[in-house]
Amino acid sequence: MMRLGKGSMDEGNELEAGLEQTLKDFRSSVHAWSDAEYSRPRETANMARPMSWRVAAGWALGCVLAAGSLGGGLYERHHRQELAKIAAAAEAASQQKLEAEQRAVKESDDLLAKVDNDVSRQVPQAMEPLAQLMAEDDAQ
Amino acid sequence: MEAIARATAEQFAGLEMEAAAQEFSSVVEAHRPQIFRFLLASTRDVDLAETLTQECFLKAYRNWDRFRGDSSAMTWLMRIAINLEKDHWRNRRMQFWRHTRTNSVDLAEASEWLPSGERSVEQQMMAREQVAHVWRAVEGLSARQRTVFLLRYVEDQDLSEIAQATGLSEGTVKAHLSRALVKVRAELRGK
Repeated sequence: MMRLGKGSMDEGNELEAGLEQTLKDFRSSVHAWSDAEYSRPRETANMARPMSWRVAAGWALGCVLAAGSLGGGLYERHHRQELAKIAAAAEAASQQKLEAEQRAVKESDDLLAKVDNDVSRQVPQAMEPLAQLMAEDDAQ
Repeated sequence: MEAIARATAEQFAGLEMEAAAQEFSSVVEAHRPQIFRFLLASTRDVDLAETLTQECFLKAYRNWDRFRGDSSAMTWLMRIAINLEKDHWRNRRMQFWRHTRTNSVDLAEASEWLPSGERSVEQQMMAREQVAHVWRAVEGLSARQRTVFLLRYVEDQDLSEIAQATGLSEGTVKAHLSRALVKVRAELRGK
């Protein structure tokens, strides 16, 4: 059984050899660490440089990201406008085509109706009085 | 005549202040490393230990005229340091980011500082391992137990000095020390 350092602490708490050695090692390590940190030169000026470099790099990266997202947004908007223009043109063309088809169908129907009318009007001479009677009946 | 007396009094006052400043700077020179070491061991944070050491001496300088010499300057300074550390943790507890990462040095890193002496590599490794166990035990101690333990086994202070520095009775110091040792022993035995 041994006692530690100057202490020979009168608390009657004698320490076993292993623990005493460990506590001495602990003390030595704290002293060595503290001495090293205490005598370490402070590098405040050098510390400022990497910080300013980091700040500049951070700003540059931020600017690049902002410009990229802005450019991307503008490109996307332009692309959408182009697509909308193309879609509108296609819509107009199909509308025109539809109108032309409808017009052609109507013309064809009119022609057929005229022909039909003309043909239906031409009755034999002998049937003319009967046709007049039918027309009168229709009118009534 | 009055003007001369006033000038002389001012001169004396100036000389007194100069002497006090010189006395204080010698106290700083003598005790700064020890205060820094105690705070470093308590916080395991180099930057925080430096900041608290500066605050300690600033506070001591402001109150230097009130120091009556009832205890040694070292004990007085240690008491200021202990209170500053306590205040620091109390203020930190109030902050919502208290659980965020601190600058504390890792336990393994803290135990790397053991001087090699005349030991074999194996012995050195074992000793470092034991020191790491002590650090781990110290981390698990209550604030008072840790303070008492560090003052006793790092700063090599006796019970009366520790009692004066902490404002506790010698009996309480002894009890805290005993409990701290129980925890250190348990950690060393791997319990």
